[in-house]
Amino acid sequence: MLAYTVRRILVSVPVLIVSTFVVFLVVINSGDPVANFATSRQPAPSKAAVAAFARHIHADQPAVERYWNWITGVLHGDFGPSVQTNLNIGHDLFTRFRVTVTLVAASIVIALIMAVIFGVFSAIRQYSVADYVITFLGFLFLAMPVFWFAVLLKQAGIWFNQQTGSQFLGTIGEKSPYLDVDTTWNEFTDHIGHLVLPTITLALVSFASWTRYTRASMLEVLNSDYIRLARAKGLRRGKVLVRHALRTALIPLTTVTALDIAIVLGGAVITETIFQWHGMGEMLVQSAQTVDVYRTMAWLLLSAVVVIGFNLVADLLYAVLDPRIRYD
Amino acid sequence: MTDIEAPGSAGTGLPRADHEFTVRHRTQTQLVLRRFVRHRAAMVSLVVFVLIVLWAFIGPHLWHYSYQKYTADNSQAPSWKHPFGTNASGYDAYAQVMRGTQTSLEVAILIALGSTVVGAVWGAVAGFYRGVVDAVMMRIADLVLTLPLFAIALVISSRSGGAWYWIAVVIAGLTWAYVSRVVRSAVLSLREKEFVEAARALGASDAWIIFRHLLPNALGPIIVNATVLVATGILTETALSFVGFGVQPPDTSLGLLVSQAQTAVDTRPWLFYIPGFFIIAIALTINFIGDGLRDAFDPRQQRVRQ
Repeated sequence: MLAYTVRRILVSVPVLIVSTFVVFLVVINSGDPVANFATSRQPAPSKAAVAAFARHIHADQPAVERYWNWITGVLHGDFGPSVQTNLNIGHDLFTRFRVTVTLVAASIVIALIMAVIFGVFSAIRQYSVADYVITFLGFLFLAMPVFWFAVLLKQAGIWFNQQTGSQFLGTIGEKSPYLDVDTTWNEFTDHIGHLVLPTITLALVSFASWTRYTRASMLEVLNSDYIRLARAKGLRRGKVLVRHALRTALIPLTTVTALDIAIVLGGAVITETIFQWHGMGEMLVQSAQTVDVYRTMAWLLLSAVVVIGFNLVADLLYAVLDPRIRYD
Repeated sequence: MTDIEAPGSAGTGLPRADHEFTVRHRTQTQLVLRRFVRHRAAMVSLVVFVLIVLWAFIGPHLWHYSYQKYTADNSQAPSWKHPFGTNASGYDAYAQVMRGTQTSLEVAILIALGSTVVGAVWGAVAGFYRGVVDAVMMRIADLVLTLPLFAIALVISSRSGGAWYWIAVVIAGLTWAYVSRVVRSAVLSLREKEFVEAARALGASDAWIIFRHLLPNALGPIIVNATVLVATGILTETALSFVGFGVQPPDTSLGLLVSQAQTAVDTRPWLFYIPGFFIIAIALTINFIGDGLRDAFDPRQQRVRQ
């Protein structure tokens, strides 16, 4: 198992290098920050200033050399120069990562819990009214654009605050700009209040497809022989469901969760934009607007590491959960 | 049931003795169509979807307001004159939603077509030749699959200048890999079938076998995937336009319309809800059609029992 883990991590390294190289080529060709610099400033900068700017952001280097300088720099903790002077990309990235990670983690946990509850319920009551309602809601949520639902939730949050006369549900930002009483408890509730609506929004991105997945996999298990045997031996229904069926049915869900992590990260960009969080979503949008190559690359590199890491963890979990699978 | 005729029953005109139970001959396509037509949710969805398409593409020619002309009325609630109301600058929302639906559908359909054609050929070639070709081609597909669709699309399309076909090309360039994997796995089993051997014995070229024998037989999963891609496409395009990296004004899309109305949910709710409902309606009907097609092509994997 340990050998497998080490081998998988070693294999991920070339994948990461090739993938980031391709992305790097795409990103440096997706816009021209030097032209932006030369045309968008008043008064127009001198030729020398433009050339200095190009040198500063490494736009004068050939692509391969530029990539090499960037990737070796990253290994030394230097994420490269931003088009915004005085912006340390590494610092920016990790500050924002801390903001986003709470949102993503909370919403994945909530989506998984809801998906398991609804999916299992739907499977054991197959073709009941509840099953049809859950299936229909699943289809509806799959078809619902995240941004539309997010705006609705934001409105609902504002309405809730007006009705209760409280400020509990935060609709702007990841925390209040200032707090009345600066205690740990206030800070904590403020944080939770700001987390509620974005978390629900982001959980919805994956909740629907995970529910359908749980239902399908639970149905398959429930119709298998060993469940019939367990019931025939006289085990109680509840025990069979939890100990025998659910355990097996949930194994494939780990893979699906890992594969969907990129979709969740994309959803986080939209969610953060609507709730005006200063997280990684805002970072990506800003760097695309300003054609900030290294800031974009920092974002994409971190997301690639997260995606590869999730896939690795899912594969390892698979072996832990399913005794038939052994990696040597 | 009319498809099984009892021997000697009225209309067959055959004597009882030499006529066993017969089943009318049907081609594969007829079987698939029959199964699809019986799928109620899929049929209703197909009708609704076709109506939306017709409305979006023919409607603007019949409607007396243009999506890019101001009217004298601004911020009007829905009325007979403006069925979807007007926005703060006086644009007729009915004309704008028609135009937005049109753009969003064009983008989504181009995404589905583009990535299906590229992905199907890619997957079929990889699966047909196997070996090194397969390994190289599928590693490239895997590489594309690891890219976060929304983030990369956002970065690239920031340069697109809002042309609808460019947005479609960018998204299709990231989604074809899904299709190629599905088609490859179908082709891997098809290439071992006898009819491929027969074709090769008759001297058919590789290209002939791939395009005339393998791809047509993998049409089921290809079409099902294409419908799913229409839904993915419309949701991605509207999300991009919402964040400001998709379709740019003066043109419009459903995502852009929702984005422009997001601060007016309380004051002019019609501007926010109607384009949203159209996105949901299109994605929902497409998903149901895809489900019906999946059941029709592969009755063993039936999801809805009749």
